[in-house]
Amino acid sequence: MLSFLVRRLAAMVLVLFAISVLTFSIFNVIPNGEPENRMAGRTQTPAQVEAIRREWGFDRGMVVQYATTMRKVFTGDLISYYNGSRVGEEILRGLPRTFSLAVGAALLWMALAVALGLYSAVRSGRLSGWLTGALAVIGISMPVFWVGALMNHYLGFEAGLFPNGGYVPLTEDPLAWAHHLILPWTALSILFIGVYSRVLRSSVMDTMSEDYVRTARAKGLSEGRVLVRHVLRNSLIPIVSLWGLDFGAVLGGGAILTETVFDLQGVGQYAAESIDQLDVPPVLAVTMLGAFFIVVLNTVVDVLYAVLDPRIRIGRL
Amino acid sequence: MATELIDRAPAGPGGLPGEEAAGVLLAPAAPRSALRRLAGSRSALGAAALLALLVLAALAAPLWADHVAGTTPYANHITDRVEVGGKARDVVSPDGVPIGPTWRGRFFLGADVNGRDIMVRLLYGGRNSLMIGVAAALLTALLAVATALVAGYFRGWVDGVLARGLDVIWAYPVILLGVALGTAFAVGGVRLGPVELAGDSKAIPVLVIAVVYVPYMARPLRGTVLALREREFVAAARAQGAGAVRVMWSEILPNLLPGIVVLLPLMVANAILLEAALSYLGAGVRPPEPSWGTMIDDGVARIVTAEHLAIAPGLMLVLTVAALNVLGDRVRDALDPHAGAGT
Repeated sequence: MLSFLVRRLAAMVLVLFAISVLTFSIFNVIPNGEPENRMAGRTQTPAQVEAIRREWGFDRGMVVQYATTMRKVFTGDLISYYNGSRVGEEILRGLPRTFSLAVGAALLWMALAVALGLYSAVRSGRLSGWLTGALAVIGISMPVFWVGALMNHYLGFEAGLFPNGGYVPLTEDPLAWAHHLILPWTALSILFIGVYSRVLRSSVMDTMSEDYVRTARAKGLSEGRVLVRHVLRNSLIPIVSLWGLDFGAVLGGGAILTETVFDLQGVGQYAAESIDQLDVPPVLAVTMLGAFFIVVLNTVVDVLYAVLDPRIRIGRL
Repeated sequence: MATELIDRAPAGPGGLPGEEAAGVLLAPAAPRSALRRLAGSRSALGAAALLALLVLAALAAPLWADHVAGTTPYANHITDRVEVGGKARDVVSPDGVPIGPTWRGRFFLGADVNGRDIMVRLLYGGRNSLMIGVAAALLTALLAVATALVAGYFRGWVDGVLARGLDVIWAYPVILLGVALGTAFAVGGVRLGPVELAGDSKAIPVLVIAVVYVPYMARPLRGTVLALREREFVAAARAQGAGAVRVMWSEILPNLLPGIVVLLPLMVANAILLEAALSYLGAGVRPPEPSWGTMIDDGVARIVTAEHLAIAPGLMLVLTVAALNVLGDRVRDALDPHAGAGT
């Protein structure tokens, strides 16, 4: 177990390092991408550009620039090229928003996906089962920013049921917090409900043909009890592992589109806006944060998997 | 099971299958019986028919533009007037609100704020979205198969390097990577050896989408290659003196094909969705070139005054992607009769 964790930790550090190099290169090998030209503004003089080059160290070699930037990532001194704001503070401002979105949506999509998946498995072969299956396909086929914009327009703007974007901190007013987040939670959940209910449906249908389920029925257990205690419990494992991974991805900027369409000003939206301005420092920081969440939750899921299913021995990982 | 855990991929952004796909591929049904099963499925036929219709419509874009609408996808008609029900109406009203669907040849689905014909742009946009989706999916398949073959066949350090490379792309938040690459390439263009792509080239979103999705396809395929190379027929080929390239090409690759076929419709569906997402964030297809993604982006920005701008391209996109997903499901069921989850 310990050696597994140590190896995983080493791999994690390696992946994060590679991702930081990749991100840094994407924005530094592009022609016409020199930040000093943009920072000097429209009415620039060569002297100004030169001064900015010196001051920010753009005249140094790529390796030196990378090293300085990475040091600043860890000391929290990273500063935006675009408006001079401190990247760390901006991320800390965005994290509660992204976190609120991710936690609420993850709970919502898990609950609804289990209900929908179980229902469509039990009703398989009937019209209602077919309809829930079709609903799931439509769910995985809709772009989240499209659904989000339509929901925002019809339910928020036209019907006036929900506020038009924005965010209220949980500590300030829990009711307003939830009220602002209901639409984003729903929009973000639709895709995952579709995916999870489909996975759950097929694993429930597989499990139902297992011998131990027949045994449970033969013992005279009620159908509901068989479903919950025997079928669902064993069918949940693949979904729970997906859940961890997707939660990590959503935390790590995976909700860019949802955050943007509802103007939540979370970490993902911050990254999207920074990319648009070719503002490398925030992009680098958010990307590494996102990758960190993804990699960490991936490891957590693997450990949980082994705990949930004794047939998997962690020593062999 | 335990060894598979290391490369278990999560469902992709649009629910791409994870590692379980690898198991499916090892014992595919015979191609002919699979085709027969596919043809016997009403939902597969319906999805295929819908897709054929969409492709035909996209192909017919110039016909509609020339003979019915009498305009091009780029022509502005801001100051024009159009006859609707005997009354002449502004294509774009003085306060900037474009006309809605007229259900007539000209401006069948209305106009956008530049006075461009939505129906014409929808058809031409469909060309771009479908082309980008298919091209990106094929490029992903090519890159993924090459990576999986080399990594799975040679194992050892080659596999180590390639697998870690896939891990890096995989751990990179999908849309962040797509937007970063798309923006960077759009600013500077791309130079790949002799090939040079301008910043506004449609090949750029293709390249970006293809690269982003490689791990989702390469990881399950690599697992299959690892399993296949231990089989007797591979050992027999090697005993007969076949080299590495020969074994990969004529022994292993044919056995990968069913798995690739199963993944392709899903890859196209996800590529089309990612194109839309990138265009929405300004890192995909460059305006004024139409694609369903850029049109949704346009429409979302003006949803308050002109709902049809967002609804029309969105519905086309959802129809296409849903049909691809249904087809993908049925192809998988047909190739793997034991999966048994088909409706």
